Amino acid sequence: MSAAKSHLEVLPRSLQLLLVLGVFALAAFPFVSTDFYASMMARMMILAIFAMSLDLLQGVTGLVSLGHAAFFGIGGYFLSLVSSDSGTVSLWWTLPGAVLASAFFAAVIGFFVVRTHGIYFIMVTMAFAQMLFYLVFDNKEIGLFGLSLRLGGSDGVYINLKPDAALFDLENKKVFYFFTLGSLVLVYLFLRRVLWSPFGRVLAGIRVNEHRMRALGYGTFGYKLAAFTLGGGIAGLAGYLWGAQTGFVNPELMGFHMSAHAIMMVILGGMGNFAGAIVGAFAFEYLLHLFKDLPDIGGFRAGKHWQLWMGLFIVLVVAFAPRGLLGLAERVLRGKEKHHG
Amino acid sequence: MADEVLLSAKNLVKRFGGLAAVNDVSVDLWRGRIHAVIGPNGAGKSTLTNLLSGDLPPTTGSIHLGGQDITGRSPERISRAGLGRSYQKTNIFLPFTVWENVRLASQSRAQHAASWLRRATGYAGTNERAEKAITLAGLEHRRDAVAGTISHGEQRQLEIAMTLATEPQVLLLDEPLAGMGTAEAERMVALLKRLKEAHAIMLVEHDMDAVFALADRLTVMVNGQVIASGTPEQVRNDAGVQAAYLGEEERS
Repeated sequence: MSAAKSHLEVLPRSLQLLLVLGVFALAAFPFVSTDFYASMMARMMILAIFAMSLDLLQGVTGLVSLGHAAFFGIGGYFLSLVSSDSGTVSLWWTLPGAVLASAFFAAVIGFFVVRTHGIYFIMVTMAFAQMLFYLVFDNKEIGLFGLSLRLGGSDGVYINLKPDAALFDLENKKVFYFFTLGSLVLVYLFLRRVLWSPFGRVLAGIRVNEHRMRALGYGTFGYKLAAFTLGGGIAGLAGYLWGAQTGFVNPELMGFHMSAHAIMMVILGGMGNFAGAIVGAFAFEYLLHLFKDLPDIGGFRAGKHWQLWMGLFIVLVVAFAPRGLLGLAERVLRGKEKHHG
Repeated sequence: MADEVLLSAKNLVKRFGGLAAVNDVSVDLWRGRIHAVIGPNGAGKSTLTNLLSGDLPPTTGSIHLGGQDITGRSPERISRAGLGRSYQKTNIFLPFTVWENVRLASQSRAQHAASWLRRATGYAGTNERAEKAITLAGLEHRRDAVAGTISHGEQRQLEIAMTLATEPQVLLLDEPLAGMGTAEAERMVALLKRLKEAHAIMLVEHDMDAVFALADRLTVMVNGQVIASGTPEQVRNDAGVQAAYLGEEERS
């Protein structure tokens, strides 16, 4: 296997430095920008958390899920279900609650899907996510054990009040921004730690050669289920933050497009090291705005067909930088030093 | 350590549709002995190995490992019960270093295999086991090389090192000498002689020189069936074997 095709797991000093600079830039951003752009940046950071949670499955374990948005959506809907218009809810139980609820759904769905491989895994993850999507899409309200859950149907639900954190005020846009940035950094550090733990090494082994892992005595089902559950929980955290940040949840959050975008973010940035997922999420969202704002060219509405340009761009990245933008950056930073293969 | 039967397979049958790839085969593997299985291509040797390791479930028959019935168990449970195997086609983690390949194998025997937050490389017991296996297989000088970049012979040695790092009682080696140069093959033969003392070994091999140099017992398979079994001397002089296999090999 050539070095260019294997994953960039160990980040060289130069890239680490670049990441630290990136964090400083993100920290400075709300002071040099408007609220509008700071909010947009906060949403990008939330999507970066979501992309990292998928990278644990896709890049590290080799499980390409086309239904990961289901857990993102569950996190957001959890917040909307426990919120009310009459008063705030505490961040300190609703956030862990959203993570646990998403992780619980991931564990149940994972129990069925991680037995499958390759194309079948892609299909069944998508099927489960579509089930949840239509459950929410088609029901304004459902009754469960005498409780009435307000799902809002295809219109979605507004969350008018931000969760109450007691120690700081999330209604303040800057505070919310830094809370999101803090979550991004913590999730990244946590996942990097998991990557190099015995558990993380087993997941990488499963990606490379699951058959051999079993012959070595690893019960790979349990490991894959644990990864699926953990990834689902972190996606739920991202969904919770999304619901709180935008003040709105709708079925699109768990829709097919959301799942597909996350896959593209991870591929775009570079798989298997979490930093790539962050880079990919920012790049994807930035390009999306760029392409949507394209002017009409001779009557052809270039901006409306942003997906065309995005598709072309991703094809180019996959063809010329198989390790994604981060891999490309690493190659540039390494300078003329030839990579062996 | 007294000689004892560590693995005992009785009347194993594996059918694929109408074809019996393995037909009523019994083997006993003893600690301190190398049991070679030979036969022409398609004789069912690899299928037999896959049955013993749990990669395939037998249609009928039973397998006992160290006194417990492991028939139909999953490969990971059989591995944990003390069986290690190497593969005919090199089956390693190509993008990982030699050291990480062996360390990961060794980690499978540790309590901490599922721990989340400590560095995987910081566990003394796991590292020691890996170190021992890598030294036994003679790969110390290649430990930091990426497994995909080392020579074919070294990859075969790595296969063995990974298998040894799981500290098995029983070793199933599927053509460990395949594609090796003379010097590499000699080193492997020496290694197998050393391993024999503490392990029960089943060796599937085409290299007849190595087989007769190593084997304490020999089983000859043709078309899924055992046509002869005994000491190398008995088998060499068996008329049926000469007709069906050894002679044929000389003609070709």
